[in-house]
Amino acid sequence: MQPSTPPSPAAPPIRRDYPSGALAFPHRDLTGIGHLARHEILYVLDEAEQWFALNRQSQKSVDLLAGLTIINAFFENSTRTLLSFEIAGKRLGADVVNMHAATSSVKKGETLIDTAMTLNAMRADAIVIRHASSGAVRLIAGKVDCPVLNAGDGQHEHPTQALLDALTIRHALRLPPGSDLNGLNVTICGDILHSRVARSNILCLTALGAQVRVCAPPALMPAEIEAMGVSVFHDFDAALAGAQIVMMLRLQQERMQGQFIPSPREYRHLYGLTLDRLARAEPDALVMHPGPMNRGIEIDSQVADHPTRSLITQQVECGVAIRMACLDVLTRRARAVPGWAQGAAA
Amino acid sequence: MIPRATTIVGGRLVLPHGAPQPGAIRLAEGRIAALGAITPEPGDSVIDAGGQLITPGLVDLGVFAVDKPAFHFGGITRAALMPDQGPPLDHPARVRFAAQSGKPDMWVHPLAAATRGLDGTELAELALMRDAGARAVATGRRWIADSGVMLRLLSYCAMLDLVVVTHAEDAGITGSAVATAGEMATRLGLPSAPAEAESVALARDIALAEVTGARIHVRQVTTARALDLVRAAKARGVRITAGVTPAHFMLSDLELADFRTFCRLSPPLRPDHDRRAVIDAIADGTIDVIASGHDPRGPEDKRLPFADAEPGMAGAETLLSLSLTLVRDGRIDLARAFDLLAGAPARLLRVNAGVLQVGAEADIALVDPDRAWIVSSDRMAASAGNTPFDRRPVEGRVTALFKGGQQIG
Repeated sequence: MQPSTPPSPAAPPIRRDYPSGALAFPHRDLTGIGHLARHEILYVLDEAEQWFALNRQSQKSVDLLAGLTIINAFFENSTRTLLSFEIAGKRLGADVVNMHAATSSVKKGETLIDTAMTLNAMRADAIVIRHASSGAVRLIAGKVDCPVLNAGDGQHEHPTQALLDALTIRHALRLPPGSDLNGLNVTICGDILHSRVARSNILCLTALGAQVRVCAPPALMPAEIEAMGVSVFHDFDAALAGAQIVMMLRLQQERMQGQFIPSPREYRHLYGLTLDRLARAEPDALVMHPGPMNRGIEIDSQVADHPTRSLITQQVECGVAIRMACLDVLTRRARAVPGWAQGAAA
Repeated sequence: MIPRATTIVGGRLVLPHGAPQPGAIRLAEGRIAALGAITPEPGDSVIDAGGQLITPGLVDLGVFAVDKPAFHFGGITRAALMPDQGPPLDHPARVRFAAQSGKPDMWVHPLAAATRGLDGTELAELALMRDAGARAVATGRRWIADSGVMLRLLSYCAMLDLVVVTHAEDAGITGSAVATAGEMATRLGLPSAPAEAESVALARDIALAEVTGARIHVRQVTTARALDLVRAAKARGVRITAGVTPAHFMLSDLELADFRTFCRLSPPLRPDHDRRAVIDAIADGTIDVIASGHDPRGPEDKRLPFADAEPGMAGAETLLSLSLTLVRDGRIDLARAFDLLAGAPARLLRVNAGVLQVGAEADIALVDPDRAWIVSSDRMAASAGNTPFDRRPVEGRVTALFKGGQQIG
């Protein structure tokens, strides 16, 4: 099956009539894709297009968020997501402050709520949070007065990753703004159980009309995941047949308590994406990975570095644009943008 | 000074069998002296029940804290205290202290820790603790993983004729799980374990109880498959009894939406078909005891991300009202409800209470079964308001409570 709009460089933008003002995105926070309607996802993707274009210019910054303070509170280590949010905030002209759990009072035993109240009292205009526990971001969102963006909570959600993946796919297939991913075949393979990226991507891709397959050994497959609208595979070759997009996930060895797989070598034998394996997918199938990669385990370097098939660096590029769009949209109420000043639901 | 005898008139007596009988009850010298169609003796203080139910005080088998205001609110006159205290009840002196801790207006029956430090490896001094006042032995919040230890524990307790209160969750399967594997846990990304962790653990404990002839009481049986095992074991004559808390027949894992930590329980909430199986098991007699599992937890334990929060709920206040929903739904009658809440746990602990009969301890509650109220977590008598039933309207409330013939609430 093909996407509802055939890929063509000259395809004109699809004009979508979004609800006006804050009704286009009536959420104070972005805690997960699960809360978003299809048109709200598309709205963020379309908003990101302008920032994607800006980021390719030599003059990359605007003063849209001048005077606003954004706190990146990362209770779990991160390099690329933190950097991406920091660059996004700075390119929009905001003051960006990073709080690393390793150097904060969290190490001294302060509770998460106390930390949240402290950040709130410092009058941040948006807080970006990553935390190792599922639901932690929503817990904080209920205690602070400003918009909260989820940069990954435990094994629950990582919404900006799913949005940037959707934008990457749209660009790679040369789909114009406004397009959904109707009918696209996507295979997600790897440690689904421990992956918040998988959950957010399943929610986002199925909302946009894609057919999603998930593939993992049984020990790394969450129970009853079929209920999320995906088909379940344990055989990687079978899962690849007909796939137009192959999304590989990192083997999260640090989250694994006990033995889920006999060895990384054996995992590679069954689930590693090699060039030979990739040949079982559609002839022009594209490969994605949220990073950081375990080269030689879930993905071979020849695949990861493939000049035409790998979208991994494009994902990083789209990440900045998506995060700029999210920061812009969620701070519109604070900036009293016409149509957004009131009425936005919490 | 001998306190005056009391006669409660104009009530409806909840007897071990049949519908409530209009009548009166006379409490003298700490015991039930007479009941039925009687009149007060000269000199008695007389209380008019005004048509309310006269019931045995509840016997709550397996609480984690001595929380008198909550127990009195809920009509609980006796509570069997779990050994999971800080430090654990694994020493005779601690058991003796705990047994005194409710006096004068509450009976606390300590459950002795089966193993030292509740670590599941070395047997504690069970006979000394029995003689210090322990009414039974309990494995605590956890399962004893080592089957050899469990075998020796059960054979020793069979000799001492002490019932062993067990927790049925295979620790190897549960690991660090905080939810039952299924759609809900998958969507929320919570560490989860299959419900079979319970039946696997229970199957082993039943086999060992059968070998040793020990009496075991499984404090909470919450899954359809484990209930089938209990049913079959009872039919074979294994000396097994089973309990449950209202959370597992009122709530399913759908409650975990929005990561509500008040719904973080041990064992975790189950899918709805298990919840319905629990109600069926209460109706058919497979489940013998309903207890509160009272475990008040403050914000420092609950105002955390779901998986980091401690398990447990404050259940003493809502135990009776929630159990009465089964009566209102026609699944059990009133007599059976009070057997689940008082009679059966009293028999397990071998205390002469939990039932309205002449000679039993005069632990009595007056209950207005139709009085409606709303559970509110910020206005609870308990030392913490961690109830998953917050803002739920319920019916049935204790209006007066007597322990040993003396009014205490």
